[in-house]
Amino acid sequence: MSSRTDRRPDPEELLRRVQADERRERRGRLKVFLGYASRVGKSFRMFDEGRRRKERGQDVVVGALQSDITPEIRDIVCRFDIVPTISEQYAGRAYQTMDLSGIFRRHPEVCLIDGLAYDNPPGSRNPQRWQDVEELLRRGIAVITAVNIQHIREQQDAVERITGKRSPYSVPEDFLREAEEIEVVDAPPEALLGRTPGSADQSGVSSMPDSRRLAELRELALLLAADVVERQLQEYLDAHGVAARWGAQERILVCLTPRSNAGDMLRSGQRNALRFHGALLAVYVEQSGLSAEDQARLESHMALARELGAEVQCLKGDDFVQTILDFAREQRVTQLFIGHSLGDQRFRLSRSAVDRLIDAGEGFDIRLFPHVGAK
Amino acid sequence: MSQARKGRLKVYLGYAAGVGKTYRMLEEAQELRQKGVDIVIGYFEPHGRKETIVKTEGLETIPRRVLSYAGTQFEEMDTDAILRRKPAVAIVDEFAHTNVPGSERAKRWQDVHALLDAGIDVLTTMNVQHLESLNDQVWNATGVRVRETIPDWVVDEADEVVFVDLTPRALRNRLERGVVYSQEKAQRAMENFFTETNLTALREMAMRHTAHEVEERLEPGPALPPSSRKERILICLTSSPASAVLIRRGKRVADYLQADCLAIHVATTADGSEAVERHMSFARNLRIETNVIQSADVAGTIAGFARSRGVTQIYMGRSQPPPWWNRFAETIVQQVVRQARDMQITIVSERRR
Repeated sequence: MSSRTDRRPDPEELLRRVQADERRERRGRLKVFLGYASRVGKSFRMFDEGRRRKERGQDVVVGALQSDITPEIRDIVCRFDIVPTISEQYAGRAYQTMDLSGIFRRHPEVCLIDGLAYDNPPGSRNPQRWQDVEELLRRGIAVITAVNIQHIREQQDAVERITGKRSPYSVPEDFLREAEEIEVVDAPPEALLGRTPGSADQSGVSSMPDSRRLAELRELALLLAADVVERQLQEYLDAHGVAARWGAQERILVCLTPRSNAGDMLRSGQRNALRFHGALLAVYVEQSGLSAEDQARLESHMALARELGAEVQCLKGDDFVQTILDFAREQRVTQLFIGHSLGDQRFRLSRSAVDRLIDAGEGFDIRLFPHVGAK
Repeated sequence: MSQARKGRLKVYLGYAAGVGKTYRMLEEAQELRQKGVDIVIGYFEPHGRKETIVKTEGLETIPRRVLSYAGTQFEEMDTDAILRRKPAVAIVDEFAHTNVPGSERAKRWQDVHALLDAGIDVLTTMNVQHLESLNDQVWNATGVRVRETIPDWVVDEADEVVFVDLTPRALRNRLERGVVYSQEKAQRAMENFFTETNLTALREMAMRHTAHEVEERLEPGPALPPSSRKERILICLTSSPASAVLIRRGKRVADYLQADCLAIHVATTADGSEAVERHMSFARNLRIETNVIQSADVAGTIAGFARSRGVTQIYMGRSQPPPWWNRFAETIVQQVVRQARDMQITIVSERRR
């Protein structure tokens, strides 16, 4: 049967992991505060964490500051050593570049960097500031920094759809994903719009469009963080040989057959996946001897699945039910969609595929879908 | 006359003790006090955490009420005293708390509703594992069956839900330093519930749930996926203990799909079972409309009821296997599947660890 469930890594993979672990050990730890808008309090939380670490005896310096800082942040920042940024003029524009060699000479334990999304002037050692941070980490300096969702490169299309604006500065999402820690800085949009609970003004949110846009950005940031956390958890479980668990994310698997009502199943699957911010998978278990007509139907089902954003896979296996069960378990599926037609029994005494799936399906729901044009 | 305005409810949502929910709430309380808002502490649980206790300085505290139960003294929030004092805002820690028997209301969230009804704004704290709909998922991920739960609609009705984050590593550091619990208790906690994987799983649930709460508060707009017709989910209840999982699961899916949710129990005899009554009352607490129909034909009644009410999806638990002397008999699930082939039928399996 399939060797998919065998989780023992091969020696090459083990070696790669050991080397990665060693690199990690020498590397400084990266912690990122993620916020959904400016003024949500990312910088304050970052400097506050720096303050607490300093109070616990760690050697903390500031490597970069933003130009406009609030009085509360100024109060904290004055407690740290600051390695000042270098002011440069290029093509009539003023730049503030991090003084990397200055920080290396000082070699602190922890470096605080505000304003992570920043382009250095042409001709600098690194084009962008996050690459400067990479260098600090490689030299074994821990970094605490803060970033706004609008600067995460892979999220910029989504942000632009919400706000109609796109920042020229960006940080790759992988930078975030590889951080040892990411912490979400959440606050209700009302705080950013200057409303206070308990105040006499109950006239409603000051400006609806702003409040809606902020709420959508907030959701985007929370879901990105959840996704980062989920993957880290899975990697950890895989690395420790812990069997996959029923995760926090809904994962919907649509089982396609030539005669199934794929349109309804896939559209419903897509709606569920979107509403839950979950994953949509579609599989087909290979069968021999399909008629040309069935083959054509199946291909159109698979095309529709791809169009609706499903991850489509073709599985091989002698036993239809067992193949589906193995795949569902491995993929941590929470909902399995399948056609009623598989409940058809040629003989009363044999158990149908649906019956067997229901009996053996542990940890996920099975949803049966009617035929096309069922009464 | 001025009774019309209900108070606003704001929930600080975390994923474990020690992430800083109460601290964040008190920070906001201090800001409000400085702005001149009339704010009091209705209930605060210090847990001996110094940094948090400092944040209560200068805030007026309404003394707790002392109750005796089974020969022991318990302290509870004095809801009546807060109502008499009638501040603009009240701080109420531990939203999921269950009051000692003999209290006027069984749950703290019900006390909070009394304050809101009187026009008092409330700031409160809770952990994601106290949400009813996540009970099975939490158990699956952590092995812990949380007993004190809050129906989801109570949190859905809050005006704001704010996620209070801290990384599991930072939380475990706090535990090690003895900030959250005493050293000895912290050590046990870290070996049991506060493991890196448990905390990570709970944290992800809290993030996803806050995202869901944010989305629920959005006006319907282009960001929401298209839906053809309104879905209606029917949950089939029995006396089986698995009914609780079925109710939570069906309701959770209904909430996410913004579908109506009904429940039915088909009684084959006239005398009702206590277990069924418990499941029905559990469903009603989650705001599910419940129906009991007496009939010998369970499957036919379910299919007929579903059709008459325009149900799009039937939720059922797995049937018991038929007895050995009749092992080729159809189970209820098989009968419903055969009789309702025009409907979507979802069979929920019990979650195991």
